[in-house]
Amino acid sequence: MLTQLTKRLATAIPSLIGVIIVTFLLTRVLPGDTAAYFAGPAASAEAIEEIRVKLGLDKPLYEQFVDYIGALFSGDLGVSLTTGQPVIEDIITRLPASAELTLFGLVVAMLIAVPLGIVAAVKQGSWIDHACRIVATAGVSLPVFFTGLLLVYVFYFILGWAPAPLGRLDVFFSAPEPITGFLLIDTLLVGDLETFWAALAQLAVPAATLAIFALAPITRMTRASMLSVLSSEFVRTARASGLSPYKVVVTYAFRNAMLPVITTLGMVFSFLLGANVLVEKVFAWPGIGSYAVEALIASDFAPVQGFVLAMAILYVLLNLLIDLLYGVIDPRVRMEG
Amino acid sequence: MNRREFLKTASATAVAAGSGIAAPAIFSPARADARSETLLIVSESGPNNLDIQGVGTNVPGYEVSWNCYDRLISHEMKTGDNGIPYYDRAKFKPELAEDMAVGDMSATFKLRKDATFQDGAPVTAADVKWSLDRAVTVGGFPTFQMKAGSLEKPEQFVVVDDHTVRIDFLRKDRLTVPDLAVIVPGILNSGLVKKNATDADPWGLEYTKQNTAGSGAYKVTKWTAGTEVVLERNEDWKGGPLPKIRRVIWRMVPQAGNRRALLERGDADLSYDLPTKDFAEMKAAGKLSLVSTPYSNGIQYIGMNVTKPPFDNPKVRQAVAYAIPYQKIIDAVMFGLAKPMFGAPADSATQVAWPQPHKFNTDMAKAKALLTEAGFPDGFETTLSFDLGFAGVNEPLCILVQESLGQIGIKATINKIPGANWRTELNKKEMPLYTNVFSGWLDYPEYFFFWCYHGQNSVFNTMSYKSPAMDALIEGARTAAANGDMASYDTDVKGFVDLAFTDIPRIPLYQPYVNVAMQPRVSGYQYWFHRRLDYRSLVKA
Repeated sequence: MLTQLTKRLATAIPSLIGVIIVTFLLTRVLPGDTAAYFAGPAASAEAIEEIRVKLGLDKPLYEQFVDYIGALFSGDLGVSLTTGQPVIEDIITRLPASAELTLFGLVVAMLIAVPLGIVAAVKQGSWIDHACRIVATAGVSLPVFFTGLLLVYVFYFILGWAPAPLGRLDVFFSAPEPITGFLLIDTLLVGDLETFWAALAQLAVPAATLAIFALAPITRMTRASMLSVLSSEFVRTARASGLSPYKVVVTYAFRNAMLPVITTLGMVFSFLLGANVLVEKVFAWPGIGSYAVEALIASDFAPVQGFVLAMAILYVLLNLLIDLLYGVIDPRVRMEG
Repeated sequence: MNRREFLKTASATAVAAGSGIAAPAIFSPARADARSETLLIVSESGPNNLDIQGVGTNVPGYEVSWNCYDRLISHEMKTGDNGIPYYDRAKFKPELAEDMAVGDMSATFKLRKDATFQDGAPVTAADVKWSLDRAVTVGGFPTFQMKAGSLEKPEQFVVVDDHTVRIDFLRKDRLTVPDLAVIVPGILNSGLVKKNATDADPWGLEYTKQNTAGSGAYKVTKWTAGTEVVLERNEDWKGGPLPKIRRVIWRMVPQAGNRRALLERGDADLSYDLPTKDFAEMKAAGKLSLVSTPYSNGIQYIGMNVTKPPFDNPKVRQAVAYAIPYQKIIDAVMFGLAKPMFGAPADSATQVAWPQPHKFNTDMAKAKALLTEAGFPDGFETTLSFDLGFAGVNEPLCILVQESLGQIGIKATINKIPGANWRTELNKKEMPLYTNVFSGWLDYPEYFFFWCYHGQNSVFNTMSYKSPAMDALIEGARTAAANGDMASYDTDVKGFVDLAFTDIPRIPLYQPYVNVAMQPRVSGYQYWFHRRLDYRSLVKA
């Protein structure tokens, strides 16, 4: 297990180096002049030039790159112009908000999609199978920002069930000192149930938006994977041996059908991180996606680079986790690794 | 699992999820009390720096500076055209200074003896000098703004005694005193800031970026960049009557539709940067209290680069001025929420005022004739640029202009420039045709013209317009104003307004409105030259 972990980590390094180089180059070709932005509305050409020198933007590209790498190793991702804060701090405070939202959405989606997929496969052609198909089609065809706005309109504006789309907490609640950064966990750790419920209420609609988006691929993959397993020899053998249908489906078939489902979950998770960007905008969620978009619009290099790097690391770690999960579920994978 | 069991679990899940969504936002009565003393403001973007003297501070940052720092003096209020309190350009009231004596070449300010900073330290003349020195030294926008009132050198600020400061004038300038009442010369707690300064940062800009260190009516108690700013009232404020609002929570809500929903549902108290269309609809619905005030000294215009053909030809510029669909822009782009700056009657006299409407109107026949006369009977090709950061207004506006110019043969390709790049493009002064807004804090015609039309060619003279006659008139007006010679002042102002309308290097379209939407229970809104909110006067019933 340990050697597999080291091996996998080693292969991740080249991809991270690639990400660093590509984002550095991409942000430099973006239109927009950081120095002009910094210099303010009334700056003269000399003032802009002065700031350019101060920021090191007058140096040749390779020197800037060396500076960037040097800073990176000391944990310095630069300063964001749009928020005025060091990028690393922005990411540390905002990443948990995004992660909480995405994970919550993913868990909700899984809780609905996996049983739905299994039932659809077992009862192929039944009404539940058709329902599954409708859910999947609806899920993929609704863009997340649209679902988000629609849910806000219905549940907040018309019905008044959901709290105002004002981020992670209603304005009259104060968040506890961050321990994990996950509000749902932190409020429980300090025993503040009132704030916990408030945070959960804020989270419900945006998480539902993401869950609707994530339902489709998980349901379809569970169904397809279950179908192929159910028609395989060992399931027929198990059935012929007189095992209960429950044992056959859940213990034998589902365990074997899990591998592709896990792969899909990994993919869906990374899609969700992307979809987050729009959902965060709609719900004024102080996450990392809305942060990156604002930075991109303002040609604010440092947060964009920091965001891409953070996402790349997250993605690498996620893939690693999935690979390890493979090993747990199917020992043959582990031996090959 | 059979069908019935599945249904049972499915509905149980739905109920659980439903109760999560339905959880009400308010649980305890204590919070209801907090609500009545708290003002919840929602806006698109928030500050990136709490100190206006900082590097690259954005406009929302100005609002924090205005409310958290006191200046020596501020303006009195008068009633504006729409019945809303409007700052009085000509009348000043004390803030930190209890007395102001303006002499021929200096002004002396006596400080309030009871004023303290938020950490309890008394406000002294040394703090005032240090803060003004800082404003003229740090460079960038603050220094530029100080210069607009001939405040340029630290030697101008003299400590007479602990509670008296004298400001020496470099030259006679009518704008010197008004310039002390803008946002930039706020007085900082020099002891506190110096303690947090470093050799690399002698003015403590890093500290004031994150912390407010003033004697103002409010202080920032929490700031999460891009998410929210929380301000608490300074109970010891001496600069005026204690504000009614104890706490201001300013949340950033990027989605305009959600800002509107928050207002209409009564959750947010105030918002002021909604799209014009939403604002016009909410005004029609009449459920909220809505205030529109024209920008003081601000105009949306079409600019032309006069250094390159074809716009170096005044006839071409006039042709364009006759081809602009002015009224359509007011109706279809601004939904009527803008003050027209065109179509003054042909026989109307020029006013000693700015902004004032010009006499051009949409007249395609005249436009075509002028264009032919200028030697372009078949028109020409050009590009029409705008700032995507304000696409909501600029895009439809440019499409209307493009369509109209097409009718006289001018083929304009629309060039959308991302917000971050707009200033760079303006600075290059190479765009042939573009739309933009300029507005000056100091509401004096000569101030506007000095920045926008003078041959010194500042970044705001986006047309690169140079005319010795214009320069003479602008300088004449400035000198006349400083010496109180109102007769020649009036002649010069009329002169430069007339010249700007004959030469027409930029075509004024309209004065934009500052649109503020409030719950009916919120009152006390005041219009200020900086167009941001003054929390001190707001009241929530």
